Amino acid sequence: MSNQSIDIAPEAVARRAAPRPNGLWALLGLIAVMAVMPWIASPYALLLMLPFIGYSIALLGFNLLFGTTGLLSFGHALFLGVGAYTAAVLTSKFGVLSFELLLITAALVSGLISLVVGALCVRYTRIFFGMLTLAFGMLFHSFLFKFYSVTGGDQGMRVLRPLLLGMEWRGGKTAFLTGPFYYYALILFALLGLAMWRITQSPFGLHLRAIRENAGKAAYVGVQIFRMRLAAFVISAIYGGIGGTILAVTTGLADPELAYWTHSGNLVFMAVLGGSGTFAGPAIGALVFVVLQDFVMSITQYWRFVMGAVLVLLVVFMPQGLSGTIEALANRRHGGR
Amino acid sequence: MHPAPAAESAPLFETINVSKAFGAFKALSDVSFHVNDGEFVSIVGPNGAGKTTLVNVVTGLLRPTSGEVRFLGRNIAGIGPVELARLGMSRAFQLVNIFPALTVRETLAVAVASRLRRVANPFRSLKRDDVLQADAERIAEVLGLRARLETVASTLSQGEKKLLDIASAFALNPSVILLDEPTSGVSTGDKHAIMEVLVSAAKAAGVRGIVQVEHDMDLVERYSHRIVALQEGSVLADMPPEAFFKDPAMIAAVVGTRPQTLRRIP
Repeated sequence: MSNQSIDIAPEAVARRAAPRPNGLWALLGLIAVMAVMPWIASPYALLLMLPFIGYSIALLGFNLLFGTTGLLSFGHALFLGVGAYTAAVLTSKFGVLSFELLLITAALVSGLISLVVGALCVRYTRIFFGMLTLAFGMLFHSFLFKFYSVTGGDQGMRVLRPLLLGMEWRGGKTAFLTGPFYYYALILFALLGLAMWRITQSPFGLHLRAIRENAGKAAYVGVQIFRMRLAAFVISAIYGGIGGTILAVTTGLADPELAYWTHSGNLVFMAVLGGSGTFAGPAIGALVFVVLQDFVMSITQYWRFVMGAVLVLLVVFMPQGLSGTIEALANRRHGGR
Repeated sequence: MHPAPAAESAPLFETINVSKAFGAFKALSDVSFHVNDGEFVSIVGPNGAGKTTLVNVVTGLLRPTSGEVRFLGRNIAGIGPVELARLGMSRAFQLVNIFPALTVRETLAVAVASRLRRVANPFRSLKRDDVLQADAERIAEVLGLRARLETVASTLSQGEKKLLDIASAFALNPSVILLDEPTSGVSTGDKHAIMEVLVSAAKAAGVRGIVQVEHDMDLVERYSHRIVALQEGSVLADMPPEAFFKDPAMIAAVVGTRPQTLRRIP
């Protein structure tokens, strides 16, 4: 078979390079910048960074499902809600204040719920998957809203200040949030980012990508479609639960709005804004979204209109999101395609 | 032509009276054929004869209405593609069927990872898994895709995409490979090149049987040990290529009579 020639193009032809490990570095770079922010930024800016961290963690998970596995969930805020209400119930009703316990419980509860919800949803793909996840999200929201005696209805539930590593912080609320809690959340973000990077770079992650690319073929090369999709769903839910816990501690409140479908829509918006095709993209999307929303809300009450316009412009002009566009520009500068 | 192997032991793989109906339409009726150890069998027939349905039934995509599909002495009717791959039967497709955004290395690694059962731990490194990577490289080497390991599949040439599809079937270390028109949509020159690579790769990889559906009679004559001709869902003939191609009636039935005049569009 030495003289076989199967119209193999010459090596010189430019081909799209395989994804390089710059996604992890982009994320760690972002985290490094945030680590020095307490010295330079105002408490207001730091308080804005906390929801960003919460959303980013949730989006790391969301994007394993969306970017890697190709399943677009429209109900992922459900797990933000699960995380937030777990924190609320544990702190206000059971007096459990250890933040580590809150995180572990939130992860467990999200994982369990997602196992059931996922088993029903991942049998479907595309719009059917999206609609089913949306339905489950709405169901959970209604539960939070209607079971006044358990969840406080539209009043929400208070989330008490947790103990970090068993230590109590006696200072003011802002000092707590911008000090120890900020660093705690940031380190958690870094660890969960590293873990997610490993997941995406594993044979497991490869199987998820194969499912996204061509599920029909994947089955013929031994990929267990249902099991893999379900595993991705559960992992993404665990990240969502942890993100939700951070959001709830930041605001001190578990609110049914957290699980509302528009909030799921925001997650999709952030992922698309930052670019779901890259590892750090969704985190960048979360950052821009949080900052932009804060800015637009401060100048007009019609902020939803402005955000909507941004989304339209984004989909039309930057379908790869911010990170995808930056990558394309960088490639052009380096003479690649 | 390679010498046909002796066919004394039990068949590697067989269908017994397989029928498949889609509503009132009977796509297959009582199809029985077998593949012996070391054999290359071609399934031929005009369009609509049931060739692809047969492959779909055999590979577990469709459950037969009745009948048995036996592989290594076990009934595998309707067991589904994943289980089939595990048992050692893999398939390449008629239309180019690739993972567009994955590189050649990654595409092969998908199959190798399932065979070596590497997916249970989501934190295991893919890049540092030397056994897995070496295996993917070996398969790329055998199918002449070594120089393309880091190339994204969607940017490969048509012939290379076909080879990659076949390569991922090989990556499962199958004992039987089913090929649904492995060379369709490929230039005539490349067809032979792909078949040569395929046959020698099968030998090197220890594949014990190949079943192909093929329209190109030139390829059928040159590579098969036996021809199974289908017509309207039934087996019309099961014979060696020498006998098959001597019989003009057979060829007419299988290749189909060409329309005398092509209708002109006014």
